[in-house]
Amino acid sequence: MNNILTKLRINRIVVLSFLAVIAGFIVGGIIMLIFGYSPTENYLNLFRGSFGDIYSFGETLRNATPLILTALGFSVASKAGMFNVGGSGQLLLGWMGAITFALKFSFLPGPVLIIGSILTGAIFGAVYSGIAGLLKAYFGTSEVITTIMMNYVAFYFVNFAVKKYLAEHNSDASPNILPKASLRSPMLEGLTNNSTFHWGFVIALVMAFLMYLYLNKMKQGFEIKSVGINEEAARYSGISTKKVIIISMLLSGLLAGIGGAVDGLGNYQNISVSTVLPDIGFNGMAVSLLANQNPIGIIFASILFSSLQVGGLSISVYSDTPPEIVNIVISSIIFFVGVKYLFEFILKRKETN
Amino acid sequence: MLHPFLSVEMSMEEKVIEIKNITKKFGDFVANDKITLDLYRGEILALLGENGAGKSTLMGMLSGINRPTSGIIKVHGQKVQIQNPRVSNDLGIGMVYQHFMQVPVFTVLENIILGSEPIVRGRIDYKKATKEVEEIIEKYNLNISLKEKVENISVGMQQRVEIIKALYRKANVIIFDEPTAALTPQEIDELLVIFKKLCDEGKSIIFITHKLKEIKQTADRCAVIRAGKIIDIVDVQNTSEEQLAEAMIGHKIMEETKKVDHDYGNNVLNIKELALRKHQDLVSLQVAAGEIVGIAGVDGNGQNELVEFISGLKKFNKGDIEIVGSKVKSKSIREINELGFGFIPEDRQKTGLVLPFTVANNLALKTFYQPQFSSFGWLNNNAINSYAKKLISQFDIRTRSEKTLVEDLSGGNQQKVVVAREVANHPKLLVAVNPTRGVDIGASEYIHEQIIEQRNSGCGVLLISFELDEILKLSDRILVMSDGKIVGEVNPTETTSEELGLLMAGENNE
Repeated sequence: MNNILTKLRINRIVVLSFLAVIAGFIVGGIIMLIFGYSPTENYLNLFRGSFGDIYSFGETLRNATPLILTALGFSVASKAGMFNVGGSGQLLLGWMGAITFALKFSFLPGPVLIIGSILTGAIFGAVYSGIAGLLKAYFGTSEVITTIMMNYVAFYFVNFAVKKYLAEHNSDASPNILPKASLRSPMLEGLTNNSTFHWGFVIALVMAFLMYLYLNKMKQGFEIKSVGINEEAARYSGISTKKVIIISMLLSGLLAGIGGAVDGLGNYQNISVSTVLPDIGFNGMAVSLLANQNPIGIIFASILFSSLQVGGLSISVYSDTPPEIVNIVISSIIFFVGVKYLFEFILKRKETN
Repeated sequence: MLHPFLSVEMSMEEKVIEIKNITKKFGDFVANDKITLDLYRGEILALLGENGAGKSTLMGMLSGINRPTSGIIKVHGQKVQIQNPRVSNDLGIGMVYQHFMQVPVFTVLENIILGSEPIVRGRIDYKKATKEVEEIIEKYNLNISLKEKVENISVGMQQRVEIIKALYRKANVIIFDEPTAALTPQEIDELLVIFKKLCDEGKSIIFITHKLKEIKQTADRCAVIRAGKIIDIVDVQNTSEEQLAEAMIGHKIMEETKKVDHDYGNNVLNIKELALRKHQDLVSLQVAAGEIVGIAGVDGNGQNELVEFISGLKKFNKGDIEIVGSKVKSKSIREINELGFGFIPEDRQKTGLVLPFTVANNLALKTFYQPQFSSFGWLNNNAINSYAKKLISQFDIRTRSEKTLVEDLSGGNQQKVVVAREVANHPKLLVAVNPTRGVDIGASEYIHEQIIEQRNSGCGVLLISFELDEILKLSDRILVMSDGKIVGEVNPTETTSEELGLLMAGENNE
């Protein structure tokens, strides 16, 4: 009986997320109709561009990789009751850390070089978001404000550091890392018809699974959830809320940092001066919300989200629909995820009547 | 020409609300089963029942929060569909909830008119509002200052705000949900006077409670609800408290656990010259092993500070607290717990429990890190669940399983989870704050027994409660708190609630 109840709860979350996505598609379709573009054709192209062949699928998974990690990062902090908006900055620092390590220690053997680079990225991200955690734990500073501002600090600092220390003269980008430091492999490329799919995706899957175990089976996960749901009860029962706040922020940044590291090592192969903050950090928040902070759900939500982005590109390739329309569709889905409560309300009414 | 008495009789017979054969189902669960109940003009109808008996569901259908599955509701003889709270409001039904819905930084007047403000050219017409509200205050003798901010007035006054709110919205029927839970004896008396006044003016009152004494004092009739059905509707005058209690719980009240006569042991709690608030008298008190010390006092007179200092939730500067001989000043909350400190907090939902967690996880909330429940950072869920199963049967917690979420349990069973967790490890000092607040009679008796049993087995108990009956029943010694200090000590066998009430209000007898 009880099992059925918990199953119903989980199903309900899945149903809600699907409703949100479908509502987003409908609104997107209406918008396309209004401006005279064909929703069926475009949605078909969207699907073709993201799942249509093995190459597209590889691209979709590659694009989902950092999303999974920033979403996991956001969800750990939010399980502890915090809203870490700093995913983008933490990812950027992780990216820079990993590339720097890969370039400066290029004499190391391949596996060591890769592990060292990822660890450096992870530590950069963790320390950076840990600062916000410390401020929150000891001075009650709102982590929302600090992480937003720290995004800008990270953004300008990384641009400065790349130009000053990593890039060659008259260049805005660092040199490429050696192939032995790359997460790409001929095998994966062969498997996916020369897409940019790389080992980072596997790392992201492993991290999602580890986070699932951590949050559900481990002592610290229990503490994090207690603090997130009811800080007062957690404190009363003897859990150190300060410790939990700091640990969860460290972990949050660590995951975003790994996201930056694997994207740098696998996708970009270098780091360049950027014009805007990477949106992966913010999209990670949306993905995490869509998956209701469930680590396993995050994998699927990331792939869905990524398929919209990757498939969206082919809409404008195969038709004259502008990419802005595609972004409107994606945004409406995020919007409907945000108002998930509306669906929750409708479902509840149906149940009680 | 009617005889004056006859006209009174007539109005007493006028049915304001008729509930006919109302059934409410949530899925398969029948919350209300063919309930038929009338409310007459000018009467006080008490609605008595344990938590989860279906009282709130029934009232929810009158206030428009939920809709009946079948059956009819008539207001003033007209069949109605109460689809939402606004409809209920328009029908003249007002509701005073247990937890007030007020904006603390708004004034009394603003809170009263909130949601139905008189508007003149797009602005709130404060003059008109003040006039209307003052008329109500005068008519019903509800002395209150309209300019005061709600955060600065007492709970009793906040309740008056709710009553005026209902009257301002032209309510003829006012439903009170556990209105006396947070009031002092004097405030309760005042409220009951207001009840009478409202009835004299032709209003009808439905009064949800499980305090039998108040029913006897005020109500005309009492409807007893058990497991979703009306068991009986009785004339309060001709029914004893015992009969009411038995009708409510369905069996005779259990024999009370007797306090064993024994010598007290060493002090398990020793508070020396502790300043509860800045610039105030210092508090010293002791609790010995095997003794229940009751602290009587009106809410907000320093009890919160006292409990927070003892439990380590707040740090103090001046004075000292020793639990079982160890100073707690520089100890963490977990270290204090490990001294053998059990703590039943005032608000189980806010402080005592993590509601979306399972019963098992809540039972292990204070011990999950210990070797029997976790090793190398991993939780041993099997051990936690089997420990929970043991406590569930030992403490008679009514739950489907140990994996049920605590938020799905009734209030009484939630409290049993807290009590079980706190006493299962045989604490040396137990601090209980309003341990039976909002708990039904059955569970409340059970919790009292547990506290006495702890005392009998040598645990020192500090009982802080706003319910004098509870303090009088359980304590070996009573300290009275007022304005951040202890103003008196009395022997429970030699005092009355009236005497205590006066002490609590700060009026010295000597």
